[in-house]
Amino acid sequence: MGLSFPGQDARTRGEAVLKIEKLVKTYKTGDKALRAVDMEVPQGQVVSLIGPSGAGKSTLIRCINRLVEPTSGKVWLDDVEISGLSAGALRRERRRMGMIFQEYALIERLTVMENVLSGRLGYVGFWRSFLRRYPQSDVNEAFRLLDRVDLLEMADKRADELSGGQRQRVGICRALIQDPALLLVDEPTASLDPKTSRQIMRLITELCAERQLAAIVNIHDVALAQMFVQRVIGLRFGVIEFDGLPTALTPEVLTAIYGEEDWQATIRKDGESEELSA
Amino acid sequence: MRKSDALSDRLDRPWRKPPLIKSPWLRRALAIGVTAYLAAAIFSIEVNWLRVYEGLDRGAEFIMSFARLDFISRAGDIWSGMLESIVMTVAASVVGIAISIPIGLGAASNIAPLPIYLICRGVIAVSRALQEIIVAILLVAIFGFGPLAGFLTLSFATIGFLSKLLAENIESIDKAQTEAIRATGSKWMQWINYGVQPQVIPRLVGLGMYRIDINFRESAVLGLVGAGGIGATLNTAFDRYEFDTAAAILVVIIGIVMALEYLSGLVRARVQ
Repeated sequence: MGLSFPGQDARTRGEAVLKIEKLVKTYKTGDKALRAVDMEVPQGQVVSLIGPSGAGKSTLIRCINRLVEPTSGKVWLDDVEISGLSAGALRRERRRMGMIFQEYALIERLTVMENVLSGRLGYVGFWRSFLRRYPQSDVNEAFRLLDRVDLLEMADKRADELSGGQRQRVGICRALIQDPALLLVDEPTASLDPKTSRQIMRLITELCAERQLAAIVNIHDVALAQMFVQRVIGLRFGVIEFDGLPTALTPEVLTAIYGEEDWQATIRKDGESEELSA
Repeated sequence: MRKSDALSDRLDRPWRKPPLIKSPWLRRALAIGVTAYLAAAIFSIEVNWLRVYEGLDRGAEFIMSFARLDFISRAGDIWSGMLESIVMTVAASVVGIAISIPIGLGAASNIAPLPIYLICRGVIAVSRALQEIIVAILLVAIFGFGPLAGFLTLSFATIGFLSKLLAENIESIDKAQTEAIRATGSKWMQWINYGVQPQVIPRLVGLGMYRIDINFRESAVLGLVGAGGIGATLNTAFDRYEFDTAAAILVVIIGIVMALEYLSGLVRARVQ
């Protein structure tokens, strides 16, 4: 915060889909996960959220769709203030925020098709979803999405038969079939190998471009983030330390975000050399 | 420097797994206490060896009767008793499991609000606290002799067993999957149907099959207090000292329990 970086104008381009104002989350344990976070994401922009473990990345995206209830502050999706909604209205707004998870979070014992169609739960009634009688338009869209991610022939396989990369592609279909305005992506590549990670990140960014979708992608791998996103936000101790273009991520900036880690690494290096000389 | 001191302190010294109970005092006191209790318990058993000696003959006679099983002379009673037991078991299991599912959902702390949780846990506690025989005696007193009392007893007992284990299974499900379904904007019932149900079905089926097995075996015991079923036939056979008929009934019960065991294995293998 307070520091100025080249490419800061990346923040303000086009109409904001998501606006966050002074978002604070303090857990019951007293753990301050977020301390007054402000940010805006315009339509079609893919933002990656980087920072050390425990910086509040996961909490931030869960406060947006209120899987985690924020302590204070405001969140707007287009013109709707998410933070003030009743339970029913919140459910309706959640349909417009697709979420992709770290360990895919597919329903393991259901088929690929059921997993994709579960993205429509917010739109269909209970009996339709219970009997798996989804509207033909939903079924068509599910097949189209599965075809887009090259999983059409897997439609009737059970989710637990798929590989990690395939599962994450199903997870992406489930989020997209919601017809969202915003994607919330929590460590999409954390359990994938480097090649599959790149493919998944490429797929997510391509799909966002095709659909003019905004996305917030939590990610550990800084290099991977730099490769695919248009803007990077660095979070540390629940505070935004950096907000700018991926090219502006210099070693100094990374030190500002991951500071303590680097500091420890430096110390350990000293200790090692000491032992060697002893 | 201090780091290498910490290492040299540990080198060349044996390593043991840290004990479960840290305090050596408490550890020894517990060991002595348990041993003393065990010894006292064993010495306090009073066995009338003369009575055992006399009883051996009768025991032997009962066991020998398995060599000359008599299915024939009371065939009608055995058949109708068995049928009654099976009807009681199936009806009580279906009704009991159907009631257990909503109570199990209510008794899972991760999905039920506190007041509902407390009510459902209360129902489970009552059902588990009252032993089947006691419930059966009470219900026989209310509804009279016969299978209705047995059916109600088994349904009641099924609720305590199945709801508790189902609730505990729900409490240990994968949170990420339920989160993903909630994030789609699903309603509560849809959330249960997609996020929770698929995760607990294999366990529910396994427990249900096991409970059918238990209910059948219980139905044989409940007859002894007048709650109908094969137990009533068995009781009559004992009262008449018809040990060969009693042995035949026991063989039939064992056969049915083994068949149920085999069936439940087949079903569980299919629902994985």
